[in-house]
Amino acid sequence: MSERLHVDWTACDARGTCLDLLPELLEADDWGYPLARTGEAAPAVPPSSRDYAVQAVRECPRMALRLRPG
Amino acid sequence: MNAPQRLLGAAAATLADHSRLLGPLPGVDGAGILRAAAESSLTGRGGAAFSTGRKLASVAAASDPVVVGNGAEGEPASSKDRRLLATAPHLVLDGLQLAARAVGSRTAYLYAPADLLRTRLEPALRERRDDVPVTTVASPGAFLSGEESAVVQAVQGGRAVPTSTPPRVFERGVHGRATLVQNVETLAHLALLTRFGAAWFRGVGTSAEPGTRLLTVSGAVAAPDVLEVAGGTLLADALALAGGPTEPLGAVLVGGYHGAWVPAEAVADIALSRDGLAPYGAAPGAGVVLALADSSCGLRAGADVAAYLAGQGARQCGPCRNGLPALAGTLRALADGRPSPLLVAEVQRVSRLVEHRGACHHPDGTVRLVRSTLRTFSAEVAHHLAGRCTARHGALVVPSETEEAIA
Repeated sequence: MSERLHVDWTACDARGTCLDLLPELLEADDWGYPLARTGEAAPAVPPSSRDYAVQAVRECPRMALRLRPG
Repeated sequence: MNAPQRLLGAAAATLADHSRLLGPLPGVDGAGILRAAAESSLTGRGGAAFSTGRKLASVAAASDPVVVGNGAEGEPASSKDRRLLATAPHLVLDGLQLAARAVGSRTAYLYAPADLLRTRLEPALRERRDDVPVTTVASPGAFLSGEESAVVQAVQGGRAVPTSTPPRVFERGVHGRATLVQNVETLAHLALLTRFGAAWFRGVGTSAEPGTRLLTVSGAVAAPDVLEVAGGTLLADALALAGGPTEPLGAVLVGGYHGAWVPAEAVADIALSRDGLAPYGAAPGAGVVLALADSSCGLRAGADVAAYLAGQGARQCGPCRNGLPALAGTLRALADGRPSPLLVAEVQRVSRLVEHRGACHHPDGTVRLVRSTLRTFSAEVAHHLAGRCTARHGALVVPSETEEAIA
């Protein structure tokens, strides 16, 4: 099942944990917020990144991330 | 081009007047209302144009849902909901009762500006003996206060700002219950089509845009007003009904501040319909039609609207909170005639950073307006880059961007 990384923008505060864990998927925008390299709003998580995505969801200090099917 | 005045012709100050005009609230059951709404092809008149029949059916499938009549109308260029609530409060309240009956709700709210609640709606509610009790909630004047998840927040007693979606409010809204948030014009149409039938509703307008719709026509027209027109009416006819342009037009802003410009040369042939407006990235939305004189600078008008929108963010989502002021500032620099071609590329770049990156559609709507401004007024952009402005006077008057965003 494919999954996407969803950001709750009302919670995200640009702490950068997800950027450190998922550099292949995310980069910082002008203000430090996560920006999908693909340009997608909720980027698809490739199987090779899944473990780090799960860790990012768990470790986000703002609990702003979630994996959802799609 | 004169359409029947179904909503504006239903003005009635008292319940007795209203009943004399339209008869009592029809006794049809919930299933009958759902069927009539579906067959009518009525769409939401708050801006998103979602099928009312489908939304009702979705909420009806949930247990113990909530209904909210939404009269917030945060859009500065729109006053049609205000006009409707002021002149035909019982028509809207009928629609709210019928919507509650259709979805099987025992909990109804009416969300509208405090002055209208006090002077029109609460007196009207006191005259009625409704099956479903209605609680009134005052809406703040902010741009985003009518966004459906902001409406749910306000009804719950919180600050009227959008929340992260999904879930959508029709899945999980007020106190976790499935919630129907329906614009007050939509409710008024529902009240009429439940009485007179889906075929009657579709007897005006086009097959793609059936029924009538309210417009707020303003700007460079002789008689700015709220009008009721048939669906699919030509943009030029809507302008003519508002007294016609007072001078040659440069463009018309359609749909609202989250909408897009239709260039003057296209106005004559373009219908106020989703199909007609699609090539311009516009939609009828909440029925805003704002005429811009050719003597006004479209680039400055766009920069003014963008600045207003940047000031109206809910200050919740980083890309929007940071990106919209950056976007508006860059557009302002271009409008003020700082001749750097890098500015256009910068507007495009920041637009991509903002788009789709927020809890609600505010960033997307703002980007739509900004892109439309650059596209529609590309000749003016070229003049500005050469250090000139062809406008003879200032543009639109928009509310001050320093105005408090969230009350």
